[in-house]
Amino acid sequence: MKVFIEGIGLLGPGLPSWQLAQATLRGEAAHVFALSVLPAPPRLPPAERRRAGPVIRLAMAVAEEAIAHAACDPTALGSVFTSSGGEGANCHSLCETLASPNPLISPVRFTNSVHNAAAGYWHIAVGSRTASTSICAFDGSFGAGLIEAATVMQSSGEPLLLVAYDLPYPEPLNTVRPLLDNFGLAFVLTPAATPRSIAAVVIELQDATTSGAPDGCGDASLDALRQSIPAAAALPLLQLLARGGPARSLTLAYLPHLMLRVVVESLS
Amino acid sequence: MTPLAISNFTVASAIGTGCAPTLAALREQRCGLAPNDFMGVPLPTWIGEVPGVDDVVLPPALARFDCRNNRLAWLGLQQDGFADAVAQAIGRWGAARVGVFLGTSTSGLLQTELAYRQRDAQGALPAGFRYAETQNTHSVAAFVAAALGARGPSVVVSTACSSSAKVFGNASRMLDAGLIDAAVIGGVDSLCLTTLYGFNALELLSPDVCRPWDANRQGLSIGEAAAFALVEREAGAGATPQGWLLGVGESNDGFHMSTPHPEGAGAIAAMRAALAAAGLTPADIDYINLHGTATPSNDASEDRAVHAVFGSGTPGSSTKGATGHTLGAAGGVEVAIALLAMQHGFMPGGLNVQALDGAARVNYLTANRDATLRTVLSNSFGFGGTNASLVLGAAT
Repeated sequence: MKVFIEGIGLLGPGLPSWQLAQATLRGEAAHVFALSVLPAPPRLPPAERRRAGPVIRLAMAVAEEAIAHAACDPTALGSVFTSSGGEGANCHSLCETLASPNPLISPVRFTNSVHNAAAGYWHIAVGSRTASTSICAFDGSFGAGLIEAATVMQSSGEPLLLVAYDLPYPEPLNTVRPLLDNFGLAFVLTPAATPRSIAAVVIELQDATTSGAPDGCGDASLDALRQSIPAAAALPLLQLLARGGPARSLTLAYLPHLMLRVVVESLS
Repeated sequence: MTPLAISNFTVASAIGTGCAPTLAALREQRCGLAPNDFMGVPLPTWIGEVPGVDDVVLPPALARFDCRNNRLAWLGLQQDGFADAVAQAIGRWGAARVGVFLGTSTSGLLQTELAYRQRDAQGALPAGFRYAETQNTHSVAAFVAAALGARGPSVVVSTACSSSAKVFGNASRMLDAGLIDAAVIGGVDSLCLTTLYGFNALELLSPDVCRPWDANRQGLSIGEAAAFALVEREAGAGATPQGWLLGVGESNDGFHMSTPHPEGAGAIAAMRAALAAAGLTPADIDYINLHGTATPSNDASEDRAVHAVFGSGTPGSSTKGATGHTLGAAGGVEVAIALLAMQHGFMPGGLNVQALDGAARVNYLTANRDATLRTVLSNSFGFGGTNASLVLGAAT
C-alpha cells in the first residue's frame, strides 16, 4: 500500500510543532525534554471550547497544523483517529467519582470519555459529515492508524486526515500505564501523488520474527519518547520526513507479532 | 463493495446465549430486560444482563485477561461452533491471514472502576490489576486473538454505539487490500458503572423498560452483549455461507457530541452510502433493523432519516426493546439478528410499545411478521455523531 503525505502536524515534549521541531528531527539540535503545552482549539465554538479537555486540545492542535501545512479544506476530509487510551485525566476523574459514596458523574465528563471524543469534536468544528473512525491497538495504535488510513483511501480514493495521540494518566493509573507526556501527530494523506505531495510512504506488514526490532531514533531522548508513548512510535518516520533525501526504509512497531515495514521517499 | 461470505456467527445477549435461544426469544417476542440490580447500583432503570457471565472461568493460559468484558467475549466464542469455525479458517488461510476487528465502548473498564474502590492508603491500585489486558480499549481484541490463535492485524473500533457496525467496514477494506483472507468481526460490551451513571447523568436512562418508537418513550435500557461473525474471502468447499455482508456506509453528523442531528442528515448519508456500496436501491431492502435506542431524540431523528430514504413502506423495528442497548456491541448483535431473521423468514416486531409515536412515519412493526427476507439494512449510530449502516443479504 502506498500513501502520499501533504501536511504534517506534531506536538510532544520538546517538540512544540512540526515546524519548530525540524532541527531536532533532522538531528541538527539535541532533543530537550520539556512538558508539552496544549493550546485551546480556536476553531471550536465557545461553548464547545469550554468543554474541550486535553484530548481535544491535543488532537485538534496537530490536526490544525497538518491542515494548514497542506493548505487544504478540512470540510470534505474523512478521518482516522487513533489512540491507545484517550484522555487519562478524564478517565481517572470518572473512576475516582465512581468509587466515592456519591458517584454522580458529570455529563460532560461522560460524553468526553468516549474514545471517539476527539474525532467528534473535530468533525463538529470543521462541519464535516465525511466518515471518520476512532481506533485503538494498544502500543500499536499508530501503526494500526497508518494501515487503517491506507485501506480507507484505497477504498474511497479520497484524501484523509490521520491523527494519532496519547495522553498520560494521573496516578494511580500512571504506575500501571506510564506514558511520559502528551504526544500527537497528524498527517494529511492522499491516495495518489499531487503537486503538493511531500513524501510517498509504502506500508507493508512484516512478521516480527523476521523483521527484527523496530528502528530507533539515534537519539536517547527521542527514543525515550518512542518507547514510552504509543503515538511516538512514529518518530523514526517523522525524522525521515524532516530529513528528506533518497528513499529509505524503516521498521516501525505495531503488534507484538507484526511490524510495519515502511519505505519513505521524499517528493519535495 | 465485494460481497463477503459470513461463514459463522453467534450472539450472547440478555435474550439468549447462542443463536438458537436468541431465535426462540425473538420468535416469542420475549424481553430480556429486568429492573436494575447490577452491583448494587441504586439507579431506577432497567438493564439487559447476560446470564452466567460471572460464572465464566477463563482457561489458565488466558487468565491474565480476566474481567467481565473478556468473560463475556469467551462465553460468545464457545457458542454455535464459532471457535471451531475460526480454527478451520486458520487452517485454511494461515493464522497470520486471519484478522480480528472488534467494537467496544468501555472494554474492561469495570475492572478499573472496581480497582479504584480497592486503592490502598497510598492510593495505589490493588496488586494484580492488569491495565493492558482489561482496561485498555484494545484488550478485547488482544484477548479474542489470543483465544482463537489469530495472528493477523487486530484492531478495536471505539466509536461509542456504532463501534461494532463499523468494524465490518474495517474488515472489508483489509480483505480488499489483500492484507488478510478471513476476519473475526464483532462487538463486546459489558455492563459497567461509567455507562450506567453516565447515561443517567445525561438523563437518557428510562426509569421504565425502554420503549423504542413509543409516544411516551423515556430513554434507553443499557444491555450487554458479545456478537461475532466470521467472514472469509471465499466460503469453504461445499460450505454454504450463513449470509452475506453486501454494503457498509459510514458518516458523521458533525453536529453535536451527544444529540443526533434533528433531521438525521448524517444517518441519511450512512444509509445511502451502504445502499450504494451494495449496489441496491431503497426498494430492494426488505426489513430495517433500526438503531432505535428509545431516547426521544434518537428515535425522532432516525425516523426522519429513514423516512427520507425509504418512505413509509419498508417495515422496520428496533430490537433494543428485547436486548437493551448493548452500546459498542449493538451493531454486531443486530447483524446476528438480521441473519437469523433472513434464515428463518420473519421480521422481529419491536417490543414494549404501548402507543406508537403519532409523529413517526416509519412503517414500525410491533408484532413479528413472517416474510421471505432477501436483504436487511441495519443502523447503528453513536455519540460524537458517528453513523454506520450495514446491508446484509440472505444466504441464498
